[in-house]
Amino acid sequence: MKRKLILWVPFGLCAALFIAFFIGLKNPADHVIASKMVGQPLPEFDAAPGIPGQPGAATRDFKDGKPRLLNIFASWCVPCVQEIPMLIRLKDAGAEIDGLAVHDTTPDLQAFLARNGNPYTRIGLDSAGKAQIAFGSAGVPETFVVDGQGKIIYQHIGVVTEEDMPKLMAMLGARP
Amino acid sequence: MKRALLPLLLVSMALPALAQDYAEVSLADPRKEEQALTLMDSIRCVVCQGQPISGSNADLAGDMRRLIRERIAAGDDPEDVRAMLIGKYGDWVSFQPQFKTETMPLWLVPLFALFAGVILVARRLKRKGKRWVGSSH
Repeated sequence: MKRKLILWVPFGLCAALFIAFFIGLKNPADHVIASKMVGQPLPEFDAAPGIPGQPGAATRDFKDGKPRLLNIFASWCVPCVQEIPMLIRLKDAGAEIDGLAVHDTTPDLQAFLARNGNPYTRIGLDSAGKAQIAFGSAGVPETFVVDGQGKIIYQHIGVVTEEDMPKLMAMLGARP
Repeated sequence: MKRALLPLLLVSMALPALAQDYAEVSLADPRKEEQALTLMDSIRCVVCQGQPISGSNADLAGDMRRLIRERIAAGDDPEDVRAMLIGKYGDWVSFQPQFKTETMPLWLVPLFALFAGVILVARRLKRKGKRWVGSSH
């Protein structure tokens, strides 16, 4: 009797495996890819100025003792428009935001900033996505909080919304 | 004179290569291109996720292909480049599972299953053998 039961074990295991595969097929993975750079020092990057009259973005700007944001965005990115008012509010509260414009051009950026406002202290052009990969960023918009010593302490994936404001304000030491 | 011209000639030959975008253009050295392609086939596009970067049209996948070809052209080992990308995006970016404590079952379970199977078959054969010996008497 016991021997007969044991014969069913492989069958049971196979059945369980197939059920697992079937459930996996019905619920395709939709991963949010978080950067492994959180908690690490800022990667070396030096992005050329995006618009005339404003400096580009580079690692060296992040070590002056003041925490700041690095916002990865693009003029062609639709949801990026949505978070500009939030970024402007952060700026008005005393936060400093450096922008990294991915696959962008100066005329496009100028039009984008004229239309939506400009919350950025510096804007760097990352035309080949090199800095974006160095940050472990998988898309736009993404926002990194960098402490005053040049260490990444937080990554926000997607649009910055009203709910994210208190957290970001606190991390930046800004007062609403 | 000829000797002085040679470096110039080499530089002028290299110039078009510099102007090429490695996101779409192969490396001149076929052995290095082969290494780069093998790596690209096993790196996940972080935008489209189900595809390797070798077959993805996403801008970021192109950026990664360019980075991989540049690093391999510079003489880097493909596995070092993979490790660099895993360091940025995590294990999920590589289609090739790494050998480490968390992935140990992945590597050991097949070995264990094979071992258990061999023991099972061996025991069965032994018993059968005995029966045959018994029936011949």
